[in-house]
Amino acid sequence: MLNIKNLQAKIEDKQILKGINLEVKPGEVHAIMGPNGSGKSTLASVLAGREEYEVTGGEVTFLGKDLLALAPEERAREGVFLAFQYPVEIPGVSTINFMKTAVNQIREARGLQTLDAVSFLQVMKEKMKLVEIDQSLLNRSLNEGFSGGEKKRNEVFQMAMLEPKLSILDETDSGLDIDALKIVANGVNKLKNKNNATIVVTHYQRLLDYIVPDFVHVLYKGRIVKSGTKELALELEAKGYDWIKEEAEVAG
Amino acid sequence: MEAVATTNTLLQLNIKQDAFLEIRKNAFAYLEKTGLPAPKAEEYKFTPITRVLEKNFSSLQPEGNIGKVDVAQFSIDALQAERIVFVNGIFEASLSSISAEAIHIQQLSSIQDKNVISKIGSLAKSNTDSFVALNTVTFQDGLFIEVKANHKIERPIIIHHIADASVTKVVAATRNLIWVDENAAVTVIEKYDAVGGAVFSSHVNEVFVAKQGSFTYKLIQNDIGERYQFTHTVIHQQSNSHVNCFALCLNGKLIRNNLHLLLDGEHIDSHMYGLYLLNNDTLADNHTVVDHMKPNSISNELYKGVMDGNAKGVFNGKIFVRQDAQKTNAFQSNRNILLSDAAGVNTKPQLEIWADDVKCSHGCTSGQLDEEALFYLQARGISKASAKALLLYAFAGEVIEKIENETIRKYIDGLVAERLNQHF
Repeated sequence: MLNIKNLQAKIEDKQILKGINLEVKPGEVHAIMGPNGSGKSTLASVLAGREEYEVTGGEVTFLGKDLLALAPEERAREGVFLAFQYPVEIPGVSTINFMKTAVNQIREARGLQTLDAVSFLQVMKEKMKLVEIDQSLLNRSLNEGFSGGEKKRNEVFQMAMLEPKLSILDETDSGLDIDALKIVANGVNKLKNKNNATIVVTHYQRLLDYIVPDFVHVLYKGRIVKSGTKELALELEAKGYDWIKEEAEVAG
Repeated sequence: MEAVATTNTLLQLNIKQDAFLEIRKNAFAYLEKTGLPAPKAEEYKFTPITRVLEKNFSSLQPEGNIGKVDVAQFSIDALQAERIVFVNGIFEASLSSISAEAIHIQQLSSIQDKNVISKIGSLAKSNTDSFVALNTVTFQDGLFIEVKANHKIERPIIIHHIADASVTKVVAATRNLIWVDENAAVTVIEKYDAVGGAVFSSHVNEVFVAKQGSFTYKLIQNDIGERYQFTHTVIHQQSNSHVNCFALCLNGKLIRNNLHLLLDGEHIDSHMYGLYLLNNDTLADNHTVVDHMKPNSISNELYKGVMDGNAKGVFNGKIFVRQDAQKTNAFQSNRNILLSDAAGVNTKPQLEIWADDVKCSHGCTSGQLDEEALFYLQARGISKASAKALLLYAFAGEVIEKIENETIRKYIDGLVAERLNQHF
């Protein structure tokens, strides 16, 4: 589904990704872990098409298409979804209106008929139940004045609405208490199936107790320096990142 | 008519020998002395109005050209309103209709009452602005509109100022005097439209709102023509009165709006909202003054602007809180978004506070559209153009939602939506 080869990217004059290789197949959950500043969020941003980052080398194909050649909205229409670490507050735009515009522009791009108000509301109600979010929240301005947990739940709601093929969760656990974390993880798990894939970007292991990865990759200084199964995450939790850093420095 | 002139050929003017001869003469004396604003004049620092008028007009004397334009095209669909029409500065009784009995309407030229006559020039003083003086010397026509005590007028009064410059350039000047008597309520909408070539028009309104009175005022400037315009509205408020103003600037070559609120009583509340969405080479300059003269009143002001192309916005908001005006609450905010490198805005809040027990705040911002918000919308599959429109529409929405009359709100909402989809 997703194939990343030797991906390099910089922001301003700082090289952040120095050659990432990663393959994600349908049905898989990959966790990207690593110490602060290792490039985790940059990887998520580059995949979603954030313009501040300049790709300086390598390639990314998504379902056979050159992902890097697409605008952010085109990536979303192909089925890529980024759950933001810091969801943006947008006064004056309700989540409902925003989602209706998004769903219909995506449908249009895929050659499907747009949803009228009634069918949209029907779909929305279903998904609201799935991710345990209240409609009163969705009537309000997008993320404005939302708590950390509400913002992340809104991200998962949007994910449910757009039914992406590849979801990238960027530090979804940051700023969440354990109850909020469970609700968010529960939503993500319900949306998982054999045809879609998830990349979980996280600093801490605790999210992975709830969203269980098939593979764990450790990013350090812009490269994946170690890959393994979920046991690797537990080892990182117990031992911290220092031993990884040492190993990487010796090897490098 | 008495022909008078200054060294500036623009000011070769005729003074009408009417009931207002005295103030016209005084106004001309002021003009003769000060002329039109020089390039660096403080109040016109960012609005080169004199230079622009010199380039486009040979004289600022209204000619009273007959207009033959179909005025129906400028009406607001579905709006039930009392209707007043001016064409090229002349009141057109046959096109106007007022049905509410509690509204008294009379052309200024037919007024005998010395008390009423003396009010002209009492709020809009010639020596405060050369263009007020110019309007005073040259106003061709105007109305005295009185809303009788204890009457709430349900249908808004819409004043259409239409300029027909399809044959020749037009210069027009109108003057209105509006009284909202005790415990009366009325909405006045002024809508400006033009066809053809260049138009310069000046419009001065003097509004008195008595105790418990309520005055809602809307200004809609959406000229497709080549309009150069000066408007000056001064509203005097007595105790327990309410004033709610809204200015919408969408089109025109050069627009200067002065809006002054004099809070001459207690427990007054005043709201001033403005929205300017400009493109091409439009310049819109909104100068507002809120003068808190007595204690215990509230004023709230929010102006927002979006500039694209070579358009330029100017905002100047003065708040005065006099020594007597303790317990005043005065808030002001001006927010701007620039969509192109050539677009610009000059914004200047000015607070002068002599009282010590007051709550005042002001803030102004100008910048680009929030890139992070744009990316967020795009990351959900929304095209960049739609994302921009959505954000700008939400930005404007904060002002539009303040309009109480549903028909007008929908109308303005429609104009804004159209503007955002077509030109931004």
